[in-house]
Amino acid sequence: MADLRSNFIGIRSPNPFWLASAPPTDKAYNVRRAFEAGWGGVVWKTLGEDPPVVNVSSRYGALSYRGERMFGLNNIELISDRPLAVNLAEIKDVKRDYPDRAVIVSLMVPCVEESWKAILPLVEETGADGLELNFGCPHGMSERNMGSAVGQVPEYVEMVTRWVKQHSRMPTIVKLTPNVTSILAPARAAMRGGADAVSLINTIQSVVSVDLDAMAPTPVVDGMGTHGGYCGPAVKPIALRMLGEVARSPDLAGLPISGIGGISTWRDAAEFLVMGASNLQVCTAAMHYGFRVVEDMKDGLSNWMDEKGFGSLSDVVGRAVPNFVNWNQLNLKFKTLARIDQDLCVQCGLCHIACEDTSHQAIARLRVDGSRRYEVIDEECVGCNLCAHVCPVDDCITMAPQPTDGVLTWPNHPNNPMSGAH
Amino acid sequence: MDRGPDIAAGRVPREILALNFADAHPPLTDAQAIIEADRCYFCYDAPCIEACPTSIDVPAFIKGIATGNLAGAARTILESNILGGSCARVCPTEILCEQKCVRNAQEEKPVQIGALQRRATDWQMARGVQPFTRAAATGRRVAVVGAGPAGLACAHRLAMHGHEVTLFDAKPKLGGLNEYGVAAYKTPGDFAQDEVNFVLSIGGVTLAPDQALGRDFTIDTLMDEYEAIFLSLGQAGARKAGLTGEDLSGVMNAVDFIESIRISGTKEDVAVGRRVVVIGGGNTAIDAAVQAKRLGAEEVTLVYRRGRETMSATEVEQAWAQTNGVTIRHWAAPARIEGANGATTAIAFTRGRALDGRAVHDGEEFVLEADMILKAVGQHVVFDPLEGSGVETEGGRIRVDAVGRTSRAGVYAGGDCTAGEDLTVAAVRDGRDAAEAIHADLSQKKEV
Repeated sequence: MADLRSNFIGIRSPNPFWLASAPPTDKAYNVRRAFEAGWGGVVWKTLGEDPPVVNVSSRYGALSYRGERMFGLNNIELISDRPLAVNLAEIKDVKRDYPDRAVIVSLMVPCVEESWKAILPLVEETGADGLELNFGCPHGMSERNMGSAVGQVPEYVEMVTRWVKQHSRMPTIVKLTPNVTSILAPARAAMRGGADAVSLINTIQSVVSVDLDAMAPTPVVDGMGTHGGYCGPAVKPIALRMLGEVARSPDLAGLPISGIGGISTWRDAAEFLVMGASNLQVCTAAMHYGFRVVEDMKDGLSNWMDEKGFGSLSDVVGRAVPNFVNWNQLNLKFKTLARIDQDLCVQCGLCHIACEDTSHQAIARLRVDGSRRYEVIDEECVGCNLCAHVCPVDDCITMAPQPTDGVLTWPNHPNNPMSGAH
Repeated sequence: MDRGPDIAAGRVPREILALNFADAHPPLTDAQAIIEADRCYFCYDAPCIEACPTSIDVPAFIKGIATGNLAGAARTILESNILGGSCARVCPTEILCEQKCVRNAQEEKPVQIGALQRRATDWQMARGVQPFTRAAATGRRVAVVGAGPAGLACAHRLAMHGHEVTLFDAKPKLGGLNEYGVAAYKTPGDFAQDEVNFVLSIGGVTLAPDQALGRDFTIDTLMDEYEAIFLSLGQAGARKAGLTGEDLSGVMNAVDFIESIRISGTKEDVAVGRRVVVIGGGNTAIDAAVQAKRLGAEEVTLVYRRGRETMSATEVEQAWAQTNGVTIRHWAAPARIEGANGATTAIAFTRGRALDGRAVHDGEEFVLEADMILKAVGQHVVFDPLEGSGVETEGGRIRVDAVGRTSRAGVYAGGDCTAGEDLTVAAVRDGRDAAEAIHADLSQKKEV
């Protein structure tokens, strides 16, 4: 059976699944339940200076799609609204009772060295395993020049990270905001500041929906709404891209990454691991179904690793990174063609109309003895995969790679005015 | 000892009767409707549309339900089929739209198109307004004879085009089989009349109930007053079984039995035998048998001449009968009805078999004791009122062209009195299409 034990920047946990800094990790009560359910670690909900922040009532908005609830979740909750001393005492208790689990403390205080210098010893005293610097929160706190307001300025990221490393011995993770043009700049800044690791992504600025009766963005707070932070399965593609960029960047080589963003299943977890994350943080899936979701995540990941012959996480991490390249390294000679399994086809016609209206007119609509039949016109098919995606039947439309005659990339393509062929 | 005929009303307490004749298939809840609508793949060139005689754009209306656009969903249904509400309840969807649903191929469970159609049409009817308005009055007058589904659909479409319609019916209430011929639990309460009112709320339709062709007017007298006539006469005659003893008391046409249940409010006054035998294999036979059981008959046996596969009642209807405790016997032809003192006591059958693809009834005889025998061996068009009118018939139906024109200029026909499947939805199509033909023909005619 695969070994799921994790050692992330010296912090050990029985598995790589940590709960991200968020409402599920706001109190000892929740965290104890999480550990009982089998989570490898938690990042405690962000602590700030006293007096605590005040949160609004009506905090979440959600995107549901065709019966799938909470495909995306948006929140306007701020950092922990409990007194610092209460949180610190609870962290100390929990860590004492669960020494084998990772307890990381998320922090956010003003961009003043004294503020950081003051809070760090208090956290260190709890016995927590490490720190996560919240440079990502994109709503509310950013209006007070914290959270993503820091994360969007690489100089600030570097500066604050350096203060933390100067005034604390604790392993430090810098949590990056995705609300930037390039994720590489803040990641590099964190590295320069001495971060032990980065975690990404934090939530994405969003207006998740508009209440058409209230005429206000949701969640509606007494008739008005504000933008929030978007998370859940919907953001996974964005997270994977940013993760991969950091993981493959040569100048960031060796910088450990904790992957976050819509991880809901063991398969998602495996994708984050192979794209370069060596630790995983989860929130929305737990908020949707409760802490028990970790059971199938661990079990499924372990079974998949067994099937693939991977003994430990280090065998998995980063496996797909070498294959995540810039577009101009893709082989333009590669060709794949759609294949329709007529025995599986239910004759819904979706492949035809998608191709006919919006793609390459490569699926013919036929009537054979009165029955509907859809056939690929190979000469017109560009191998775009759209038909395979719209087909409601698993494995009915598959893409068949064709024999390839060598490799030709854009830099060498005759159509490229800049290519050597000219 | 001769027990005598045991036919009585009130075999079942009132509250049980109320349950037995309540909505057999209650509407989907909002949540169920959304979940079901989301199962629709929104097929292109969808097979369900093709399977619907009225060609309702099924994926389009289901999309409307899924997105909360119920007004759009209802309009999509009703513009193809103004009686979408009753069709949602009485259509044998298992041999129409739902049979063709692509979900069958994938999971043997079609989208519940009928139930979804009911969801949208109920929503529209509950608002008390229909989504159509009349065109400017044309001043043209059209007579529609027979206010069943075909006649209602025709009258509605004609009125929509601005024509003045008079809608005749021999019965006191409009609706035809929807009012008098459907199992009570399929359209409980006053649904049939509610729908008639909904359809006619377009305006421009003058009602003439209790007016029978051949008794109160003829084709010729109508032609004096109207520029066109649409005949939707239905099949007013019930076939005789041709059996000895058919005139004994306790022998009844299934359609009359069904009508007696329809016109009863509480059903407490409807008499039913203790042992009932239904002869026939169609949906009328099923409706009669199940309702007899629900009225409190102890034993109900439905006997059909041939095998299960040739019954015109769908498999769903057959299963429904069996679930309701009706015994179905195949391969038996009625031989004679036995009686005592003028009342039915039993019915004898001859066993049959398939021989070279034909049914042969040459087996031994068996006898079922019965207080009541319901004949559901088919209905026929009554042609007497058409004699000498110049409207020709063929194969027991009024002969029409593809859009409903009869052999006499200005006279059109549709529904069960013409050839084709005897389905509500087919009748609606006939009425609608004939109205379009009348509209086109009248529009070409010079102004008078």
